[in-house]
Amino acid sequence: MSESKPRQKEKVEPEREFTKATSTSSEEPLSDMTKDKTSERRGSETASIKAHEFDPHFKHEISNFHGGEKLKQCFQCGTCTSDCPIARFSDSYRPRSLIRMALLGLKDRVLSSDTLWLCAACFTCTDRCPQDVEVASVIRIFRNIAVKRGVIPQIFKELGSNILENGIAYKIPELRLKKREQTGLPPLPKRNPKALEKLAKETGFLKKLKGSG
Amino acid sequence: MDVNKDSNQKAWLLFLGCAVPYRVSSYEISTRKVLAELDIKLVEMPEYNCCGLPIDPIDHEMMLILAARNLTLAEEKGLNLVVLCPGCAGTLRKVNKKLKESKMLREKINSYLKETGREFKGTIEAKHLLQLLIEDVGLEKIRSAVKKPLFNLQVSEHMGCHVTRPTGAVDFDNPENPEALKKLIEVTGAKYVDYIDKSACCGAPIAGVNDKIPLQLTKEKLIHVKDAGAQALITVCPFCHMMFDTNQPRIERMFNETFKIPVLHYPQLLGLAMGFSSEELNLKGLRVDPTPIISQVSDRAEGK
Repeated sequence: MSESKPRQKEKVEPEREFTKATSTSSEEPLSDMTKDKTSERRGSETASIKAHEFDPHFKHEISNFHGGEKLKQCFQCGTCTSDCPIARFSDSYRPRSLIRMALLGLKDRVLSSDTLWLCAACFTCTDRCPQDVEVASVIRIFRNIAVKRGVIPQIFKELGSNILENGIAYKIPELRLKKREQTGLPPLPKRNPKALEKLAKETGFLKKLKGSG
Repeated sequence: MDVNKDSNQKAWLLFLGCAVPYRVSSYEISTRKVLAELDIKLVEMPEYNCCGLPIDPIDHEMMLILAARNLTLAEEKGLNLVVLCPGCAGTLRKVNKKLKESKMLREKINSYLKETGREFKGTIEAKHLLQLLIEDVGLEKIRSAVKKPLFNLQVSEHMGCHVTRPTGAVDFDNPENPEALKKLIEVTGAKYVDYIDKSACCGAPIAGVNDKIPLQLTKEKLIHVKDAGAQALITVCPFCHMMFDTNQPRIERMFNETFKIPVLHYPQLLGLAMGFSSEELNLKGLRVDPTPIISQVSDRAEGK
């Protein structure tokens, strides 16, 4: 008994800290913008599984992509989720459970999940997976397939369009380009958006960007 | 294959990426200053494009093509690439390695590049600034360029994930116990301060989808840095820098905390130790007031 008490205390403290942090932030006017919309989806993701939802080919489909080869080696230890920086502060993003859903064949749930877009691609999970599953790459594959179904978060559409227009992901205001030279920097090298657009047409990337999201 | 791995090579093609020219010019200004001092000649890179990383989530193949196109520009010049942003560096290194290793993938990507008259050959290397400093300039040379050691300063680091991760693809340093930036900080004479979660992500990559989580992650790290007694935090990534510096006042307001921790780009710290003025290193471009750091440095210069 005397041993279990301090252990329990250790567990509770970080949670308290977290609650304090979130409640402070929700009082801010920023709360709307910073609202974690992914938690609203939690319900549908945890709803009971129906037999017709299984797609037994899904895991094989993923394994055929670069980075997805080791998916089936996952033994669900949970290292990915426990070491994930995002999972610490998200109510809903759990890489282990995305992997589990994929292995079960819950294709629609995986691909329509908003949590897919919360991976920061820090590769901590990939580096630490004892089974060599490239977790972050598997999540990238899920995203790429979701895009083929027409799901693209607005931010990626913007970044993609910017790249095709300017060669880089942001449109830099003229004033700032002038300021570069005032601070002694050489002019920003010219880009070649035309070449990029040609490549984007060739690969079908342009179509993806223009498709409804 | 690595014909250009010649260590005598002093000219490098500078890959600026997107975020540095967009919002983080003090990183570029200070990098150019210190590299010139270390006899590294930077060559500008016309025609360059985004490394591809921002669109990897929506189209992996297009990412490979964008990265490969940049690599072909460097091959054309016969120069290795030095990259300021770890996201770009990681992407270019990863893709360079993949395309060198896989004939099948190389042929596929080249079939697209051919449309624009380009071909990936696999003749150059891409390195992040830190890697260039450690492997090609070397700590000894940097140490001999330090004119005013920063003995009065205590600083911590936030290196940024993509400098070292994923391990097998990037092949630099050890993400679980990184040493590159630590060594580079100690060379300046500053005292290196460790803290828990040092190698944890700041969350910046998802800020466009959800900015609450990155702000919480960054707040936590700032608390740890402050508790460890660091006077400044050192970064080598434009995105991490925006999280820790640009967003610091916002984080203070949101979470009712006070940090006031200046966040310097590593070349700014090194530049101070080399004797450059705070104006030359554009320290006034920082959001969090670096005056406490500057006064420490000038106190020392005046022999106080």
